[in-house]
Amino acid sequence: MKKLDKERVLLAVAAPVLALAAAFVLTALVLLATGKQPFNAFGIMFDYGVKADSQVYILNKATTYYLAGLAVAIGFRMNLFNIGVDGQYRLAAFFAAVVGGALKLPGLVQIPLILLVAMLVGAMWASIAGLLKVYRGVSEVISTIMLNSLSGIVISYLLVDGRLADLDKQTNIVATDPLPSSSHFFTIPAGGDLDPIWGFIVVAALAGVGFWFLLGRTRFGFDLRAVGRSESAAQASGVNVKRMVLTSMLLSGAMAGLIGMPTLLNDTYQFTSDFPTGVGFTGIAIALLGRNNPVGIGLAAVLWGFLERGANRLEFEGYDKEIVGVMQGVIVLCVVIAYELVRRYGLKRQQQRVGAELAAQAKADKGTDKQETEVPA
Amino acid sequence: MAYPGRSGPRPAPPPSAPQECAIKAASPPKGAPAGAVTDVAVELHGITKRFPGVVANHDIDITVRRGTVHALVGENGAGKSTLMKILYGMQRPDEGSIAIDGETVELHSPADAISRGVGMVHQHFMLADNFTVLENVVLGAEKLYGIAGKARARIKEISDAYGLGVRPDVLVEDLGVADRQRVEILKVLYRGARTLILDEPTAVLVPQEVDALFDNLRELKSEGLTVLFISHKLGEVLSVADDITVIRRGTTVASVVPSETNPRQLAELMVGSELPSPETRESTVTDTDMLVVDALRLTATDVDGVERAVLDDIDFRIRKGEVLGIAGVEGNGQAELVEAIMGMRDPDAGTITLDGADISHAPTRKRREDGIGYIPEDRHRHGLLLEAPLWENRILGHVTEEPNSRAGLLNPAAARRDTERIVAEYDVRTPGIEVTAASLSGGNQQKLIVGREMSHHPKLLIAAHPTRGWTWAPRRRSGTRSARRAGTAWPCC
Repeated sequence: MKKLDKERVLLAVAAPVLALAAAFVLTALVLLATGKQPFNAFGIMFDYGVKADSQVYILNKATTYYLAGLAVAIGFRMNLFNIGVDGQYRLAAFFAAVVGGALKLPGLVQIPLILLVAMLVGAMWASIAGLLKVYRGVSEVISTIMLNSLSGIVISYLLVDGRLADLDKQTNIVATDPLPSSSHFFTIPAGGDLDPIWGFIVVAALAGVGFWFLLGRTRFGFDLRAVGRSESAAQASGVNVKRMVLTSMLLSGAMAGLIGMPTLLNDTYQFTSDFPTGVGFTGIAIALLGRNNPVGIGLAAVLWGFLERGANRLEFEGYDKEIVGVMQGVIVLCVVIAYELVRRYGLKRQQQRVGAELAAQAKADKGTDKQETEVPA
Repeated sequence: MAYPGRSGPRPAPPPSAPQECAIKAASPPKGAPAGAVTDVAVELHGITKRFPGVVANHDIDITVRRGTVHALVGENGAGKSTLMKILYGMQRPDEGSIAIDGETVELHSPADAISRGVGMVHQHFMLADNFTVLENVVLGAEKLYGIAGKARARIKEISDAYGLGVRPDVLVEDLGVADRQRVEILKVLYRGARTLILDEPTAVLVPQEVDALFDNLRELKSEGLTVLFISHKLGEVLSVADDITVIRRGTTVASVVPSETNPRQLAELMVGSELPSPETRESTVTDTDMLVVDALRLTATDVDGVERAVLDDIDFRIRKGEVLGIAGVEGNGQAELVEAIMGMRDPDAGTITLDGADISHAPTRKRREDGIGYIPEDRHRHGLLLEAPLWENRILGHVTEEPNSRAGLLNPAAARRDTERIVAEYDVRTPGIEVTAASLSGGNQQKLIVGREMSHHPKLLIAAHPTRGWTWAPRRRSGTRSARRAGTAWPCC
C-alpha cells in the first residue's frame, strides 16, 4: 500500500509538471514561428514576475481568480458545467455596489451586508439555470451562456445616468455611487512604497478552506461528489439528484458572487462600466488547471496572475502581448490532456497491482488452505 | 451418476456416447486431425486468458461442427463472454490456438474475425437509433455493396434467404427488441459471416420472440451456417442446440448432446456439484408483515413517447423471516418494481408499506434509513462509485448512518475502520481499502456491497440478481451467511 501511495503522489506531481513543460515547448515554437527569441521572452517574464511589486500584483489578481476557480469547481465536482459564472459575478458585483453605495452603515455591518447581497444575487442568477435544468431538462451549458448575455444587458440597462448610476462629467465614466470609506476592506501593507495586498485574500483563503471542508468532510459534500461520479449510483444511494443540482448551482452562484468583491471592496469601491469582465471564463481554466482541488486552484490562480503580469512587460519589450494568451490556452490544453492520460495510466496500473498482489496472495494461500485458492471469475 | 466436486478430476465421458462429438472436450484432441476434418468450422484448443487477479479462461477446448447450432453454457461469470471475445478478436488469448475452417489463425481485431467469416451479435445491441436499418447495416461496410441500391438488394436477399423479415428503410428507433436483434444478425451476415456468435440472445426476448429467433437459427443452420450460442438458460439450449459445451470456472468441463441429457444434469455440470435438494429445516417465517405492496401501478413513457404501464396491480406481502423470490423474463417490470420499492421511481397508484409505515412516496434515503438494504442488479450503475476508493464506497447509501457520519459530518476514520472489517469478514480480495472499486473483480465488488448492506442490519433486503457474476462457492458462503443473520425478507428478481 505504501508503494501505491508513493506512486500516486508521483503521478499527481508528474502531470502538471509535464503539462507545463510541454506548454513551454509549444509556446517556444510559436514564438520562434513569429521570428522572436523564445527564451529571452521567458526570461523577461520571469525576471519581471518575481519583482516585489509584481508579487503584490499577482497576489491581488490571484485572489479574484481563486474565487472564480472555486465557483466553477463546485459545479465541476458534480459534473455541472456552470459557464455562467461570468454573468453571475458581474450582476452580483453591480447590485452589491448599488446597495453598498446607497447605505452609510458602520463597516462591520455594511461589509457583510454587501457580501450577502453579492452572494444572493449570484445564487439567484445561477438558480435560473438550475431550475431550468431540473424542471425542463435544459442543459446548464446553454442556459448559463445565454444568462451571461442577459446579465450584460441588465447591467447596461441599469448602469445609466439617472437610473442606478451617475455620470462623472469630468472623466465621462458612468459609475454607481462610491462605497463609504467605512466599507473599504482592510489591506495588508507590503512594505516600502509598494501597493498593499488586498485584505480580501483572507476571505478567499477562508472560502478555500470552506470548500474543502464542505466537499470533503460533510454528508452533503459526499452526496455532491457521489452525484459527480455517478448520478445513477447516487440516486440509488438516496441522494435527491434534482435537489442536488439546484443546491450546487446555488452554491456555485453564491461563490461567483464573491468574485467581484476583492475589486469592489479593495480597489475600485464602485461599479463602473469598465469593471473587469471575463473573469468567470478565466475561472473555468483555473478550475481545470487546479483539478477542482482547493490547493491546486490556488496554485493555478497564482500562475495565471504571473502570466498576466509577464504579458504587460512583454508588450513593453516589443513582443506581442497575445503570446501570453496563447500560452495560457496551451497550458490548459496540455494540463487537461496530461491529467487524463495520467488518470487512465494510474487506473490501469492500480488494477494491475491489485491483480499482482492478489495472485501472490493466492499463491501463498495455496499451501495452507486449499479452499481459498479459488479465483472468483 | 456422480459428478466431480470442485477440485476433482475432469468428468469421464458418458458411458454410452454414440458420436465422437459428444466427448470431444472431455478428452482434448491431442494431435487431432484438425486440418483434415473439413466439417469443423471452429476449433479452440488450450485457450487460457488471465486478467488482473482472475484467470478468466484456462485450457478451453471446443470443436464446433459446421452447420450446427453449438451452445456454450455456464453460470454467469464462468468465462463464456471472455471466450467469445477471444474468438471474435476483441481479446487475445495468453495461450492456446484458434483454428477456423481447419486453419490456425491469429485474431488481432474483430475485423480479422470478420474477414475469416466469424461475426458476433452482442448482448447489447450496437445500433444507431436515428439511422435506418439500411444505414445501420452498411455503416462501416460501405465498401462491400455501396450504400444505396445494391446494398438494399443485398439486404433484401439475405433477409429473404434466412426468413429474417427485415425492412431496410425503417428507423431503428421504431423497432422492437426482437427486430433490432434481427438487424444485428443481418449486419453480421451482410459482412459475410459464416459463423455467428450470439451472446445471450434470448435475455431480452419474450417467449414468443425466442421461438421466432430459434426458427431463424434453424434457417441459418440449414443453409450451412454455424451458430455459436451462449446461454445459461437450459431449456432453450436443449431445444435448439445440436451440441452443448459446458464451461465451469473458466474451463470446459463437458460436451454433451441434447438428446442424452436433461436440465438437471446440465445444471449439475454447470455448478460442479449435485444441486442441493430443498432443505427441510425449521421455517423462520413469522406472521408479521414486513413489506406489503398493494395495487402498485407505475407508468413510464417509452421511446416512442407512448405512456405504458410497466407495473400494473402488483400485490404481494413479505413476512418477517421470509424469502420471497420474484421471477420472470428480464424486462417485464422486475427492475422497475425494485426501483419503486427503493423509491427511485414514484408509483402512480397503490401503496408500499414497510413494517407498518406507508412509504409509497418516501424518498430513497428515508427508506434506506428505515432499514431497506439494496443489492442492485447493475452494481456499476447503482451500487458503486467506480473511481472512488473502497472506503468511500462503504459510505455510499449509508452516509447518514453510523459509523459513516455523525451530525452531518463525515467520519472517514470510522468508515475506514469499518471497511477493513467488511473486507476481512466478507473475504473481499483486495490489497487495501484505498484502491478504487473499479480495480476489484466483479465478485469482490459484490462481496463489498453485500457486506455494506448487511452491516446496517436491514429489515428488508432487496437483492436483484444477487449472484450475477459470482462463482458458486462464494455464492453459497455469503448466501447462507446473509440468510442466517438476517431473518429478513429477500425478494430476488
